[in-house]
Amino acid sequence: MADTLAPDKTAQPDKILQKARDERMKSQNRWRKFLQHPEFGALAGVILVFVFFGITAGDSGMFAADGVLNWTTVSAQLILIACAAALLMIGGEFDLSVGSMIGFAGMMIAIPMVYFGWSALASTAFAFVGAMAVGFLNGWIVVRTRLPSFIVTLASLYILRGLTIALSIVFSNRTIVSGVKEAAGDSIIPALFAGIAFRPLFVWFSDIGFVDKLADGTPAVQGVPAVILWALGLAFIAHVVLTRTRVGNWIFAAGGDANAARNVGVPVTRVKIALFMFTAFCATVYATNQIFEFGSAASDRGLLKEFEAIIAAVIGGCLLTGGYGSIVGACFGALIFGVVQMGILFTGVPNDWFRVFLGAMLLTAVLFNNMIRRRVTGER
Amino acid sequence: MKSGLVRRLFLGAALALPMLGGAAVAQADDPLYVFVSHSPDSDSWWNVIKNALKDAAKDFHVRVEFRNPPNGDLADMARIIEQATAQKPAGIISTIADYSVLESPLKAAIAKGIPVITVNSGTAEESKKLGALMHIGQPEYDAGKGAGARAKAAGVTKFLCVNHYITNNASVERCQGYADGLGVKLADQMVDSGMDPTDVYNRVKAYLTAHPDTDGILTLGPNSADPVIKLLRDTKSASKYKSFISFDLDADISNAIKDGTMESAIDQQPYLQGYLPVAFRVQYVQFGVIPANNVNTGPGFVTKANISLVEKYAGEYR
Repeated sequence: MADTLAPDKTAQPDKILQKARDERMKSQNRWRKFLQHPEFGALAGVILVFVFFGITAGDSGMFAADGVLNWTTVSAQLILIACAAALLMIGGEFDLSVGSMIGFAGMMIAIPMVYFGWSALASTAFAFVGAMAVGFLNGWIVVRTRLPSFIVTLASLYILRGLTIALSIVFSNRTIVSGVKEAAGDSIIPALFAGIAFRPLFVWFSDIGFVDKLADGTPAVQGVPAVILWALGLAFIAHVVLTRTRVGNWIFAAGGDANAARNVGVPVTRVKIALFMFTAFCATVYATNQIFEFGSAASDRGLLKEFEAIIAAVIGGCLLTGGYGSIVGACFGALIFGVVQMGILFTGVPNDWFRVFLGAMLLTAVLFNNMIRRRVTGER
Repeated sequence: MKSGLVRRLFLGAALALPMLGGAAVAQADDPLYVFVSHSPDSDSWWNVIKNALKDAAKDFHVRVEFRNPPNGDLADMARIIEQATAQKPAGIISTIADYSVLESPLKAAIAKGIPVITVNSGTAEESKKLGALMHIGQPEYDAGKGAGARAKAAGVTKFLCVNHYITNNASVERCQGYADGLGVKLADQMVDSGMDPTDVYNRVKAYLTAHPDTDGILTLGPNSADPVIKLLRDTKSASKYKSFISFDLDADISNAIKDGTMESAIDQQPYLQGYLPVAFRVQYVQFGVIPANNVNTGPGFVTKANISLVEKYAGEYR
């Protein structure tokens, strides 16, 4: 499956093509092939959303530098967990504990740092190891018991959220643990996860008037927040693994038909467990970015983010039944969700109606990209 | 047939959305004020503030938009403040639900030249550290302590603090203040009740059954108070508790005060927290006048003696 999705590597000389021609293969127009990528519909949705907000909120500051930074950051955060959700969905499973994991991982970083005096490096490493252990456990239970991952991870959703509240009360007697920035001192970890890149570039941008200048002479946007780079980096790696490697084929196979995949020698168990661990890893990256940006961990961080991740993956063309989807699509899905979520605020729609519009916009985007996809693939 | 329906749905949505969007930006020339709260959508208490904002918008010919993170996640609230900053409003009014989360977005707004007034959660010191114009609110710990002192006078020794918003530090401070006012340790006398009325009802019922020597109750707002009032009525056990105090007011709470189920309610007069920041800011622009100090809108105690005045407007203006 992955092979048919991967774009042609390079244009081959005609001779070789002719030699390899097989009467069972039907040649396909390259443009048509592009249109049939699972992410094409989502790309159409992205364009629709930008046109919509260009008309309704064009002059509200949404497309000024700091407005762009705002919805890009929100989308980037969502890309982190949407990529993981997409891989897992293609592999045929769900993880509903992503949101709770964000809160839990945050506490695993903050409590040791603030209350036990651990270094930023030690507590961050501890959080990654701890989270991936929980991810392993999720995957192991799902594979072993053959229960739907929906149920197993719903249980982890409650357990992790409960542990986050209970443990933060036990260790700190409060549900928000502040002072992370101070406890980190001059460690490199905060810069790595919440630093701002390309500062000189943005100073130059403000000098040439591309970005607004504040009264004190600093640019309105100081640079690119680390979370955006993390999101792009993780998405790139996930995309390459999915489309260019054997592991990618295994993921498609495990999600398409696990038994058939096992019969041809795909290590389905290991693939699925690894995917659950990757999901936990991504949730922890999300939490780490957030903690070092805001300097505190709270027990309600990440509430309902698991649904946003799954929604983004589905908007991006992943099938709920597994075996089909793409990382690029999930990124577009996250972009649609992020832009709609913040864009509604720019249009000045009354707050009471916020969720109605969020739902309506998402439905419109999904209907639109579904319609486009059917049109180009000719499926009924 | 099917694709026809899809097309019609899509066209309908595409046509309706810009129209509604257009209606909202109709009076676009009035200055815009953005009020950012930390409350999740399910918190009914904020309705009074929304009404106050509507009144202020009408009285001063400005636009005021109320925004909140739908799930009450403060990291989302920070993004909303950044969003508002990008929109360059005439002023931002924000709660300080957690200083460390909101410090950088609020400071960025002030750096961009947008005046900020802080309200409700947070302290006057935090507001000053941010560089905000002023703070309008109720000191949470002191309010809790006042309630604790009242409970002590009524002879309470063991209490239950029903916390429906445990992830907000201000809520924990209210319970802590009550414990200190009473002169006992908070320990396990605070329960995380959740927001859902059925959950609150059953968790409190379980706690009170397991701790029969409890003789004082503190609820932190209508979300926790209303189910507890129902519980005490259902079990006819209101007289067992020497003091039942709640933060904030709504119709159920004022009825409970009238019939003696509840001793008193701590009123922080939220209407003022919505109306005053807009009024102060507008007058600061027009005439250059603004109070030199922060404004404490509470705590005031509503008891049987003064309930009649409050009752008429409970949940709407009080």
